[in-house]
Amino acid sequence: MVAVAVYYDVGMRSEPEGRTGFAHLFEHLMFQGSASLGKTEHFTYVQGNGGTLNGSTHVDYTNYYEVMPSSATELALFLEADRMRSVAVTQENLDNQIAVVQNEIRVNVLNRPYGGFPWLMVPPVLFDEFANSHNGYGDFVDLESSTVEDAREFFARYYAPGNAVLTVAGDIDPAEVLGWVEQHFGDIPARAVPDRPSFVEPMPTAERRATAYDALVPTPAVAMAWRTPDPADLPTYLPFVVLAEVLTDGDASRLQERMLLEDRSATSIGGYLGLLGDPLDARDPTPFLLEVHHPDSTSLDAVVSTVDEELARLAQDGLLPAELDRTVARMTARYLREVDSVLGRATTMSVFEQQRGRAELVNELPDLLRQVTAEQVQAAAATLTPDTRALLELRPGTPA
Amino acid sequence: MTAGLVRPVPPLAKPRATKLPSVGERVLDNGLRVLAVRRPGVPLAELRLRIPFAGPSGRKSRGHTAQAQLLSDTMLSGTTGRTAAQLAADVQALGGQLAASSDADRLGLAGSVLVSGLPGLLELLGEVLTGATYPKREVVGERDRLVQELAIYRSEASVVAREELLRRLYGEHPYGRELPTADEVEAVKASQLRALHASRVAPAGAVLTVVGDLTPARAIGLVERALAGWTASASALVAPPLPDTVRGPAVLIDRPGAVQTTLRLAGPAPGRTDPDSAAFALANLVFGGYFSSRWVANIREDKGYTYSPHSQVEHPAAGSRVTVAADVSTPTTAAALLETTYELGRIATTAVSQAELDQARRYAVGSLALGTSTQAGLASTLSSLAASGLGVEWLRDYPRQLAAVTVDDALEAGARYLAPHRLTTVLVGDVEQVEEPVGRLVELERG
Repeated sequence: MVAVAVYYDVGMRSEPEGRTGFAHLFEHLMFQGSASLGKTEHFTYVQGNGGTLNGSTHVDYTNYYEVMPSSATELALFLEADRMRSVAVTQENLDNQIAVVQNEIRVNVLNRPYGGFPWLMVPPVLFDEFANSHNGYGDFVDLESSTVEDAREFFARYYAPGNAVLTVAGDIDPAEVLGWVEQHFGDIPARAVPDRPSFVEPMPTAERRATAYDALVPTPAVAMAWRTPDPADLPTYLPFVVLAEVLTDGDASRLQERMLLEDRSATSIGGYLGLLGDPLDARDPTPFLLEVHHPDSTSLDAVVSTVDEELARLAQDGLLPAELDRTVARMTARYLREVDSVLGRATTMSVFEQQRGRAELVNELPDLLRQVTAEQVQAAAATLTPDTRALLELRPGTPA
Repeated sequence: MTAGLVRPVPPLAKPRATKLPSVGERVLDNGLRVLAVRRPGVPLAELRLRIPFAGPSGRKSRGHTAQAQLLSDTMLSGTTGRTAAQLAADVQALGGQLAASSDADRLGLAGSVLVSGLPGLLELLGEVLTGATYPKREVVGERDRLVQELAIYRSEASVVAREELLRRLYGEHPYGRELPTADEVEAVKASQLRALHASRVAPAGAVLTVVGDLTPARAIGLVERALAGWTASASALVAPPLPDTVRGPAVLIDRPGAVQTTLRLAGPAPGRTDPDSAAFALANLVFGGYFSSRWVANIREDKGYTYSPHSQVEHPAAGSRVTVAADVSTPTTAAALLETTYELGRIATTAVSQAELDQARRYAVGSLALGTSTQAGLASTLSSLAASGLGVEWLRDYPRQLAAVTVDDALEAGARYLAPHRLTTVLVGDVEQVEEPVGRLVELERG
């Protein structure tokens, strides 16, 4: 098998005001044809030759990939090169994909209980800047007013070859692959790579709270979000990744043991970094998130004060003997499991290369995890205080 | 974005020869069948244990579904030697994970672990199989939690639609109700779970699949050492034969104000060992089983009615089924049903092109290779094949069956399984907006 992945260094954060959701809409347009390929042909060349494919839009990047029998490596490279050189957007395809994206938002957010919780609901509470706080799935008015000209400009600006990372992983001969890469991508004219602005904004200095309502949900939930250190600095950032696991991964984690097994005050608890749940795929600023679903019989205050108590206890007393080792052992195993697939290897390398300039981190991450100390995790817990967090309460029903 | 030069699409290289995984197999003295494959790459091992767990038919099946669900939810909540938190910590320390689940056919335990921790994980698995205690406090807590989770689950339109569909397809057969009610869950006692475990969690008839970075001989030896003490005996029940489907009118369930209608059509499909299996798989792919299908091209890429239409096959033991699923915007509901019926009718009455068939065939073969290209994928595939009475040879034989399917075979399979009049239809949507227009197409009753 082979995985071919192209990562463009543009995501939801680069959307201008009035064009929320455009990065994602544009991702759809990249599948609608290019100079050598008619609409739907990209799909049929991949699937019709035994492969699978997709694309996805994240806060800091948009990716496209194919996983195919390795005999189709050159074909996959050709398909990616053709749309990088010459994506073709027509009014008809734009109208069609606006309708498709609106249906995507309906099925994932509007007609789904807890839809968009917390990934679309937390950013406006935690962040002030438009880039960080806006709805990256898109407002329907913005989506409907998007034009072919917008797409042309977006492509010209952000889909420059120099703004992309191409990764090929699998059962391949690297020299042969590099030859094909040169052949198919080499003559795509270079153009200016956009400056990547910093999206950093000041840290919150007081607690921020908001309440959202969802008429489809039977029981409440709460999300708590804090800012983390800059993910670019892995040794400082990784202790927060480990902390999320210490708090929420499995029956032996702090919050699950306390709230699911002892108090029975919650029905499910999640903890993760990054809005989309991948701790290593976003730049600064990025959130540390705790998500608690609880029965109506548990008050919001009870949930929040229990979380605060456990965080304070960890900050005060530190980790138990062996708690760090077992947490890192499972994180390592889970990471290895992910990179067992050619696609997992390709996507992991792509983000490391794009955001840190070092695809080699794919092999180094287990060692970096091992270097995290109990003191660092304890210190990370000490930063998760009520006065710097955003708290979003989700309640059943409609606003009074 | 000016159209550039059209370039020739490069040809494929010669496909690499694939080798069938070499599977070690042994039936232990206690009756447990063990399958093991060495798959290096990452230093991990994957475990899949399947224990036959079908419930009785009729009224008694209701209690069984609730008990089986809670049994899997609390199986790891304590053993004779460990509390829930201790067990979880010990699994974690091995770089492992272990989870139990149940459905209408089986109880499953799935795990993965750093290969160095495999002996330890197998020991813990043995402790759970022979010494799970179902502590009253944990059972009561999980019972309450399950009630909450069922309410959350049932707030999803897709779940409402699925429950109605299964009821219509299977009636009082256990497959007709795959989720328990809150009342049924609340009635379950810890003592019942202990009794159910004692009478049903047994090695004879169960299959354990191990795939990872170790030899089959070593894997089987480790399993034998850790699980030899699991000696419970039980008479395994299998799900009873399916009732004949009595196809009624389409069902419309009200979801007031819904911005989409959850559209589902389902019916029987051939099982993995059925001679129609390969032909049906290809007919289904051409119809709507993958992105490059007619139905997706029609209702998504041409008309924009929906985001993710798909036609999917499931293989429960007593009989497979196909489910045609799309969530369509409310105003386009009737039009989407019309196009769906058209594409189903087309696959059932007119021949697919050779090119469509070949493309679907390559996709089916490629998906199989992709699905078995990781340790986890191979373990799940072998485990699921074993449940259908099939061995690893199927990975070699099925592509051959696919290769032999003709255009005529695909038409015959389409006619037999995808004809619109054979399928049961359920819609979950805003009655006020969709009942009248949908009623112009099909006979409709409220669900």
